[in-house]
Amino acid sequence: MTLPFAAVEPTRLVHLSTVDVIIVAFYFALVLAIGFYLRGRANTGEDFFMAGREMTAWVAGLSFLSANLGALELMGWAGSAYQYGILATHWYWIGAIPAMLFLALVMMPFYYISKTHSVPGYLKLRFGEPARAVSAVSFAFMTVLMSGVNMFAMAKVMQIVLGWDINFSIWVSAGTVAIYVALGGLRSAIFNEVLQFFLIWAGALLIPILGLYQTGGWSNLKVQIAHRFSEQYVHLWSGLGSFSHNPMGINWVGIVFGLGAIISMGYWTTDFLVVQRILAAKDIRSAEMAPIIGAGFKMMVPLIVILPGLLGLAVLPMKLVGQNAAGAPGVYTYNDVLPLMLARYCGPGLLGLGITALIAGFMSGMAGNVSAFTTVWTYDIYRPLVHNKGSDHHYVNMGRWTTVIGVLISIGTAYLVMQFASIMDYVQALFSFFIAPLFGTVVLGMLWKRATGPGGFWGLLCGTLCSISMWAWVKADPSALRYVALSPNAKALAQDMYQALWSFLTCVIVTVVVSLATKPKADAELTGLVYGLTEVPKVGNVPLYQKPVFWAGVVGIVFLALNIYFW
Amino acid sequence: MISIWFFIGISLLVNGLLILGAGIYEYIHPPAHPTVELFQLHANAWWGGVLTVIGAMYCYFFSPKRTRA
Repeated sequence: MTLPFAAVEPTRLVHLSTVDVIIVAFYFALVLAIGFYLRGRANTGEDFFMAGREMTAWVAGLSFLSANLGALELMGWAGSAYQYGILATHWYWIGAIPAMLFLALVMMPFYYISKTHSVPGYLKLRFGEPARAVSAVSFAFMTVLMSGVNMFAMAKVMQIVLGWDINFSIWVSAGTVAIYVALGGLRSAIFNEVLQFFLIWAGALLIPILGLYQTGGWSNLKVQIAHRFSEQYVHLWSGLGSFSHNPMGINWVGIVFGLGAIISMGYWTTDFLVVQRILAAKDIRSAEMAPIIGAGFKMMVPLIVILPGLLGLAVLPMKLVGQNAAGAPGVYTYNDVLPLMLARYCGPGLLGLGITALIAGFMSGMAGNVSAFTTVWTYDIYRPLVHNKGSDHHYVNMGRWTTVIGVLISIGTAYLVMQFASIMDYVQALFSFFIAPLFGTVVLGMLWKRATGPGGFWGLLCGTLCSISMWAWVKADPSALRYVALSPNAKALAQDMYQALWSFLTCVIVTVVVSLATKPKADAELTGLVYGLTEVPKVGNVPLYQKPVFWAGVVGIVFLALNIYFW
Repeated sequence: MISIWFFIGISLLVNGLLILGAGIYEYIHPPAHPTVELFQLHANAWWGGVLTVIGAMYCYFFSPKRTRA
């Protein structure tokens, strides 16, 4: 293993000065200090796994967003903005905001009042043990694998951007996350995620500011992109009339129904990685406000992710290429656009902060994966299936050890990916299999009292199998995409959208049919779990401006205005 | 318990001071061939200053002494 700052990589994108290295080192010291400071406040299960359920709306909301704001997300979507133009913004607006508001106003009260520790925990209460087992095992398995894949990808990025040794990047970042999560549990993960959120903004915001200054503002930027590439790169909706009129090869049906109604709903409302942060809120009003605060900031994320990609289209002298065409010296890929823009505008100090932002993004995503895995393993797999008579102290110890073991499995996955690169594609595809059907099961469980345990279990299973079958079909015969996405002009991203749509519909249809054929649960058993049988708690007698529904309306109006402005 | 906002203040303050220092040094001793675009704006000096001010405000308003009182 070589020291990262001593490693010399002739093709690396940026060179750190002494002050940059101090900034990166200070970041590691601070997150470890927070972990050690909080270690005495994670002695009970409620403290370790749920952060004592005492987070304010702001802390829970920023942590909720930060757990999703990984470095690969930042670099990947900046690259997508370079590749597809402003269309990539859909993943931040229609692909997030409606789902976050739905979570806040419709689903959060049920998660919160059921006092569940996890999303699989809710499925146990609503549908019984089989549905929980399917959901918990698939989630735990996929979470650590995804964490490992992201770890490898991040180490690879650090090697390309900074010339750091890949082993060093993996062990130092993973070791740091393991220490602060094992010591302070979810509270430590949340504290660091909020810190990382600020660092990401502080490190990345200067790129759009200086980029817009150099290009002469948004109007001039649009003109320059249209001149160098195409006018389609700067319109959010007007090119979505057909698959062939936009760089992404998708149409509005896929974006609105596949992405907006299914994938984003599935991710933001049922992926325990993000929902866990909201469950740690101190009261029902904070639990409802947290996703709304997250949505407000999510709408602004394109400023530091999409805009740098668009600026790259206008100001970078070279043309970036896809991963397949990379390899020659001096040839950069779409995913390099954010580091290239950092290197373009950020001098000593600022560069260190920008690199810290990328590392912080990676670590917040990994801490999110690890803390969610720990909770689901301990409460939804170990306790019900292995050892159900342990003390609270026993489960806290199990949580600490699971944190370390989860990180070690992730590291193992990272090395496996290093040997067999194709594993990365399979793992990323596997993760998408569960999201859409899980949303179908959870939302039917919450909104339809007639849904039964067998209905929920078979719906979840059939929806997941439908998703896997379509993926395998297109993998074996790429021309099958025309049938999955209903168009011969459809491209890869359209497959994800339509695959989610069909698997959701399969899940819903199977759940309904099986539920109608099986014995319903008594109403009394569903109190607190289903709409219509539950008195949804009120936020109290507070002024209008303190009500979640008011702020959800404000966010909704801004969301509509942004979509119309960038139409 | 120390507020999370205090930790954020510490982080912004220290990073701000380091970046501000680097910016002032570059202002006094400008490189012969600047490697970044818009070097003449001295972004690290004013951005470091902004972070320092915000960090100092967070440290003050969320200091353990004030939040305990």
